[in-house]
Amino acid sequence: MSTLVIADHNKGELAGSTLSVIAAAKAIGGDIDVLVAGKDIGGVAEQAAKADGVNKVLAADNDAYGHDLAENLSLLIAEIGKGYSHLMASAGSVGKDTMPRVAAMLDVAQVSDIMGVQSEDTFVRPIYAGNAIATVQSSDSVKVITVRTTSFDPVAAEGGSASVESVDSAHDAGLSEFVSEELAESDRPDLAAADVVISGGRGMQNGDNFKMLESVADVLGAAIGASRAAVDAGFVPNDMQVGQTGKIVAPNLYIAVGISGAIQHLAGMGDSKFIVAINKDEDAPIFQVADYGLVADLFDAVPQLEEELKKVV
Amino acid sequence: MKVLVAVKRVIDYNVKVRVKPDNTGVDLSNVKMAMNPFCEIAVEEAVRLKEKGVATEIVAVTIGPKVSQEQLRTALALGADRAIQVETDEDVQSLDAAKMLKAVVDKEEPNLVIMGKQSIDTDNNQTGQMLAQLAGMPQGTFASEVEVEGEKVKVTREIDGGLMTVSLNLPAVVTTDLRLNEPRYASLPNIMKAKKKPLETVSPADLGVDVAPRLKTLKVEEPQPRQPGIKVESVEELVDKLKNEAKVI
Ligand SMILES: Cc1cc2nc3c(=O)[nH]c(=O)nc-3n(C[C@H](O)[C@H](O)[C@H](O)COP(=O)(O)OP(=O)(O)OC[C@H]3O[C@@H](n4cnc5c(N)ncnc54)[C@H](O)[C@@H]3O)c2cc1C
Repeated sequence: MSTLVIADHNKGELAGSTLSVIAAAKAIGGDIDVLVAGKDIGGVAEQAAKADGVNKVLAADNDAYGHDLAENLSLLIAEIGKGYSHLMASAGSVGKDTMPRVAAMLDVAQVSDIMGVQSEDTFVRPIYAGNAIATVQSSDSVKVITVRTTSFDPVAAEGGSASVESVDSAHDAGLSEFVSEELAESDRPDLAAADVVISGGRGMQNGDNFKMLESVADVLGAAIGASRAAVDAGFVPNDMQVGQTGKIVAPNLYIAVGISGAIQHLAGMGDSKFIVAINKDEDAPIFQVADYGLVADLFDAVPQLEEELKKVV
Repeated sequence: MKVLVAVKRVIDYNVKVRVKPDNTGVDLSNVKMAMNPFCEIAVEEAVRLKEKGVATEIVAVTIGPKVSQEQLRTALALGADRAIQVETDEDVQSLDAAKMLKAVVDKEEPNLVIMGKQSIDTDNNQTGQMLAQLAGMPQGTFASEVEVEGEKVKVTREIDGGLMTVSLNLPAVVTTDLRLNEPRYASLPNIMKAKKKPLETVSPADLGVDVAPRLKTLKVEEPQPRQPGIKVESVEELVDKLKNEAKVI
């Protein structure tokens, strides 16, 4: 039994999500190799080699993998993946895009978004926006898996000393081309990995008012999230959406401001350790999951929160 | 050009599901069912392409039991020209669904396939990508903008870091994200007209696909309930609790 983990990385850094996928692979058992594919990824491969529990890092440095195009990456993963019993990636946008192509190529099922490992072939995953939790067993010879990274504590980033091998194969399917990207620039912690997240909903009224949340986030070192309604209304960009169909977060502290608590939103933050809700409607469903609920107008409460926090943090 | 849209019958997104007491699944009896919201967005996009004169024919397809014809009728009412139902009562998993759709693609030869990025029941987010692979097509997943330009389609995709635009050779598969469009409602006259539009029924066997689930569901449980929380009276009390009780700041 052996697992190939497909690494996530951006701007030349190994993403923390990969450390959680390695943790999930460890729970399965067997040797763990990591595939790093992209353009100029030598540094990422070195970082992956230091992660705890890694046997070998395979570095595929090629233009064809430069923009994570699924058509090209899937060919590489299927080739390099031969001989492994498990192929695993995070359930981030690259893993979701690419792994089903790999599974179809190998004529096997994919187990999406696992939040638990029961044995080498049995996994726990959320269905119906996390309102039900399924335990599923795969009868395929190769298991293609994406991992809900918030469900696995990351392995240590340092301490390992795996070898790095370079992979020459260049697969360009010739079907798709990268045109452009618009990436959010932020000095804040990554939403999916932050210890504290403060999110705003439709109650924020406009994008400008999110500055109030930024001031609180500055005090707490928090990431900022949003509900679908806030994204749809154009207050903030799509990469901030938390929920069933957005990002999954599980911080120590989640502060929901002007968010009603629809099941699709709860699906993305319900595993947070502590949940605070600030909402002027005392019957808002968010209060049913909040550890601390404050019934108040957010335009009064949020500036006050900033002041009070400054006194104690 | 011809557009194929795949739609799925699922539990209505407003319904809170209940797990069956014997833990074999969720209880879908007497529950409101509807078209998967992402599939509605897919149908809407196809209709807009037709309104722009880009698409000439829209074929809607679904896989499921007889009652899922309701969702095909909805697609027809929204503007699809004809519909195909792959009728089966079996539990069709993503790979088999993709194989059936591939067989439909072989027969219909669409220039563009549009489908939802995920269905809100199994939350798998797989079928579009699997179909693209099986059909040898490129894919534009999680689309928030679709523009057909001659022999190519330009797709803006919602990714973790923001937005990414790709150019795909046609034929291609596009899977929809929430911001692609806001689906319209079917008007009464269109609902009436939809009843007369052609709807063909085939079986998985007709398509040469043997339904073979690879994943066995051993059990389905309720998620761990959260401990009930409290209401605080003031911001001061909130910050005090966060500091001294929860110890998270
Ligand atoms: C297929 C599908 C997928 C979806 N995926 C997601 C997802 O991933 N993430 C997600 O979040 N949603 C998702 N949704 C949408 C979800 O159903 C809700 O519509 C959405 O979460 C509502 O956002 P909201 O809470 O900001 O807005 P609303 O429900 O409108 O709530 C606004 C809240 O703000 C409060 N408020 C207003 N003014 C103030 C004030 N001055 N002070 C204090 N409180 C105030 C109100 O009392 C209200 O509770 C999805 C829906 C569908 C159909």
